[in-house]
Amino acid sequence: MEKVECIVVGGGLAGLVAAYGLAREGVEVMVLERGNYAGAKNVTGGRLYMRPLRRIYPELWDDMPFERPVARELITMLGDGAATTVELASERLSGPSPQSYTIQRAKLDQWLADKATAAGAMVVTDMKADELLRDGERVIGVRAGGDEVGAEVTIIAEGVLGLLSGGAGLREQPRAADHAVGFKEIIELPPGVIEDRWRLNEGEGAAQLFMGDVTRGMTGGGFLYTNRASIALGVVVSMEQMRTRSDELESWELLDAFKEAAQIKPLVRGGELAEYSAHAVFEGGIDKLPRSYGAGYLLAGEAAGFALNALVTVRGMDLAIASGWAAARAALAARAAGDSSAAALAVYERFLRETFVMRAMEAGRGVPRAIENRRLFSEYPGAVARLLEGFFAVDDESSATLVRTSLRGARREFLKIDTLKDLWSLRKV
Amino acid sequence: MSEQPGKVDAKLGANVFKLDQEPHIVIDTETCRTVCTRRVCLQVCPADLYETNDQGDMTVNWEGCLECGTCLICCDEKALRWEYPRGGFGVQYRMS
Repeated sequence: MEKVECIVVGGGLAGLVAAYGLAREGVEVMVLERGNYAGAKNVTGGRLYMRPLRRIYPELWDDMPFERPVARELITMLGDGAATTVELASERLSGPSPQSYTIQRAKLDQWLADKATAAGAMVVTDMKADELLRDGERVIGVRAGGDEVGAEVTIIAEGVLGLLSGGAGLREQPRAADHAVGFKEIIELPPGVIEDRWRLNEGEGAAQLFMGDVTRGMTGGGFLYTNRASIALGVVVSMEQMRTRSDELESWELLDAFKEAAQIKPLVRGGELAEYSAHAVFEGGIDKLPRSYGAGYLLAGEAAGFALNALVTVRGMDLAIASGWAAARAALAARAAGDSSAAALAVYERFLRETFVMRAMEAGRGVPRAIENRRLFSEYPGAVARLLEGFFAVDDESSATLVRTSLRGARREFLKIDTLKDLWSLRKV
Repeated sequence: MSEQPGKVDAKLGANVFKLDQEPHIVIDTETCRTVCTRRVCLQVCPADLYETNDQGDMTVNWEGCLECGTCLICCDEKALRWEYPRGGFGVQYRMS
């Protein structure tokens, strides 16, 4: 059996950062990627948060390919035939060190694959890992394309479905109750049109999240990210709620209806569909994480459950990158000690805790429960709109003052036990 | 089957697919027929690939698969043998 020091399954962000971190220390590392190129199988909503990454290989990010720095954040509640938008434009969002960039995975991942290759990693594309090789409990390599390759440490960054690790019993099979499905269209628009529509300075971008009617009361929402010459428009919805509906609604219809909504139509007008993609999203939170290491292996990225949906911030890629970094450090420590047993690789958990990965997952502990609450997605978006409509209403009998109108509206819409309970549960989000 | 056949097909037409000879999704139609009462695959697939044929059996147009795995996760009866396509095959995203 051919042997290398480390195998990385999956040329996504977690796997490629791990490979980069190992190769730059002289470790012989091979990445197996089943797509035609790194990123060919990968789907993001659209944005990468940068600030958490500044301390992870700081030299790496200077020439990262991005679409636009996000300078405008919008949250739109859709309900009752109305849209209410909260909007933030701030110098502190973009500026010299932007908080987040919109990105496209095919570009980002290939760039990172080039970095890993330049550092000495071998990135093999068109190559699917079919099976983990075991010696008792220990993972000793992979079978791929009819060949067996052995490794001291196998970093399993295979993505959210965990087919290899689940198949080998290293983690549970994914459950509908812990996952959402996201699907999106890339719609091409000229850069100038994008800047006009979202009132952006040249080169700047916007991120817009939508709650309410998009998901017909189910947990989830819509999203829109501006790329340089296209927008990503999509929907994320709870798998469990989608599959237990009593009607015959089909998931994809949510996106078509979203696109046709009166408030969205003008945003996509004149755009040309360029791609349609879908991806499962882990939303089980820290309580459902699998054990991320064992004899001869580490789990990284989505395969390890590192994803966090906190309604207004949706994270996965920054956690993947940080877990790839931690995995490389753990594999290096094991190599230095000449020991890749489960006990030796347990150091991975410490490295994960040292990064923001576990802090973020810990902070999001209450999120899965809180966002199960369907009132967030059914009642409140419409209620907010009705309240505001009270401000703007003019009719023949209106004599109430603005203050009285708003107090009365707020009392009617929000002063209920359920609402107060919901507010309390949302403090954790 | 969807109300408006072809609506998702038009979207899939924008994608690059490298088609293999062999399907990467195989349905155990016997289980679908005898055990499954809900057929959630018809509802959850974002690419609308699942259909019931004239004999009442489940079929899947695997060629247009977006490889998200939603059907696999949602199938209660474990009636799908679902793998990623062989290396180099299947959807190749360029902009997602």
